[in-house]
Amino acid sequence: MEMRFVRILGVFVVGLALIGSGCKRSAPTPAEKAPAEKAPTTQLPAAKPQAEAAPIKVGAIFAITGPASFLGAPEQKTAEMFVEQINQAGGVNGHKITLLIKDSGAKPETAISLAKQLIDEEKVLAIIGPSTSGESMAIKDICQEGKTILLSCAAAETIVDPIAGYVFKTPQKDSDAARRIYETMKEKGITKVGVVSSSDGFGVAGAKQLAGLAPEYGITVAISETYDKAETDLTGVLTKLKGQDVQAVINWSIVPAQSLVAKNMKQIGLNVPLFQSHGFGNIKYVQAGGEAANGTIFPCGRLLIAEVLPGTHPQKQLLLKYKQDYESRYKEDASTFGGHAYDALLVLAEAVKKAGSVESEKVRAAIETLQGVVGTGGVFNFSEKDHNGLTKDAFEMLTVENGKFALYTKK
Amino acid sequence: MNFPLIVQYGLSGITVGSIYAIVAVGFNIIYSTTGIINFAQGEFLIIGAMMAISLYQVVPLWLAIALAVIVTTILGGLMEVVFIRPVRNASVLRLIVITIGLSILIREAMLHIWDEQPRYLPYFTGTESSTIAVFGAYISLQVLWVLGVSAVIVAGLTVFFRFTLLGRAMRACADDRMAACLCGINDRWMVTLSFMLSAGIGALAGCVISPVTLTQYDMGAPLAIKGFTVAILGGLGNSMAAVVAGLLLGLLEAFVVSQFAAAYKEAVAIVVLLLVLVFRPTGLFVRREIGALRAA
Repeated sequence: MEMRFVRILGVFVVGLALIGSGCKRSAPTPAEKAPAEKAPTTQLPAAKPQAEAAPIKVGAIFAITGPASFLGAPEQKTAEMFVEQINQAGGVNGHKITLLIKDSGAKPETAISLAKQLIDEEKVLAIIGPSTSGESMAIKDICQEGKTILLSCAAAETIVDPIAGYVFKTPQKDSDAARRIYETMKEKGITKVGVVSSSDGFGVAGAKQLAGLAPEYGITVAISETYDKAETDLTGVLTKLKGQDVQAVINWSIVPAQSLVAKNMKQIGLNVPLFQSHGFGNIKYVQAGGEAANGTIFPCGRLLIAEVLPGTHPQKQLLLKYKQDYESRYKEDASTFGGHAYDALLVLAEAVKKAGSVESEKVRAAIETLQGVVGTGGVFNFSEKDHNGLTKDAFEMLTVENGKFALYTKK
Repeated sequence: MNFPLIVQYGLSGITVGSIYAIVAVGFNIIYSTTGIINFAQGEFLIIGAMMAISLYQVVPLWLAIALAVIVTTILGGLMEVVFIRPVRNASVLRLIVITIGLSILIREAMLHIWDEQPRYLPYFTGTESSTIAVFGAYISLQVLWVLGVSAVIVAGLTVFFRFTLLGRAMRACADDRMAACLCGINDRWMVTLSFMLSAGIGALAGCVISPVTLTQYDMGAPLAIKGFTVAILGGLGNSMAAVVAGLLLGLLEAFVVSQFAAAYKEAVAIVVLLLVLVFRPTGLFVRREIGALRAA
């Protein structure tokens, strides 16, 4: 009997060990990788006369695994890459950045405990992330109370409205995305739409914006439905939209359901234009949607179309550089989501430079005065009243042609 | 609500229901030979689909699926030999807990091998947009594949369990293991076989639904919950009833969506599960007396 019990225990221990190593998956990589790659450069301290300043501790909470991994994984990779670039160039005002990346698995409750850990134990200057709106809202107050700067990589407007002094966000506002969608619909003469959204923070916030802004553009939202973020089939919900004779469908989510919507619409013969949110800006969603994704229209930052931007566009150079760096290093396509993490670190670095200090209150105040910072998401102009710094011009309307992103042009 | 729309809801229900059914069948095989609910059943689907997706890069689709099914079948057998067999005189509950642990272990292993991105097999026939019109409503060709494969699996299992020596031996073990042993049946191998069979069927199911639902490493658990509900609804151990129950649940969900906010859909399965457990724990399609006999 004892023997058997020991065996069971063994099985569980083996299981737990494997699970444990699974959870830590993201954490050790930067630490392991960094010294190996940086070794040759640190051997030759090129030109740094002043004494080494204390490193700045920055925390990062990304949904590297789980349903929002489309966002978190590129953000994690981008953050690692950008911090390495900053440190190789001598840091910010001589301060190297120490980045502590944590994986939340897109769970708000995990994000909360990670945020507390970063604030109370690690005493970080700022937290980059979380990737999703639900998580960001969950830790908004914690960061505000802990006087720790939060640079969220999530879209929902509620993160910065109402404003909390220490809380900022870098992705474009969802109300601006909704406005761009409605503007395009107006051009196309669409007046009656159906909305489907995921039942997570991003989807709920988006559906609210769409409902609120519709009258302004003379558009009726005939029906608005939500679905579970782990949904594997949406034909039922879409049939309901079909029954309302909508002229277009808007889907607002970040989960793989974005590809399912396109497929399922075709499956049930709902042949009206499909609009998606700015969460659609990852070519993998297009690939997963296959032929059905063609013709999807969505607002997006300019990263995906950097090559075709006019040479004079202020963002062009930065976008091309980020794209090349990312793609040559990770051998995968860059997405706008990684860009949000890039912008968050950029804003933080600029603010530290401007403040000439690493005190959180001074850096926080400096962010509010930043003007004309060119990032991947747009040109940021922060103020006391605007903790996002972007306008609706940060969006471009894109579409999908033959499985590739293309600039949407009015036909 | 006009007629084509009603048909469309029906077809939507059948689409989802056929997916539930095919998962439930896997639960039943292991349950009917061992009395264990294998909570790693959902993971079998995902392993099978992921393997087929990887193999499809180098070999034709049918071969990729065949190989994936074979490898998953072997994995299912290994899982039984390594984790279940050493503790198999333990209580059923303990074995169930082991399967829960295994499901977590497999999920994390898949995360390492196939990362977190959703993958998919191509549509077996046609493309994303090819559909068949039925009374003014539409159904995807792949859904017909799912239905067809479910039907073939259930028919095959029925024949296997009723008419082959091996199948009858497996049923005998489920009925009375001691008596089966006395008749010269190697009961240990029958249990291993049931794990292999349900792993193989799970893998096939995973491949067939992959084009419709996409495949992601952590999709197994939600699928398993629905499959479990359906298995209970139909009466544990009864594959034919599981298919009917799966379609019923799918249709019920579709019509709940048609009448109420779609957000309530997720609650349907749970409510059904609770109601069945309270009022008809033997399932819808098993006569009470038989259920009572089995329980005794």
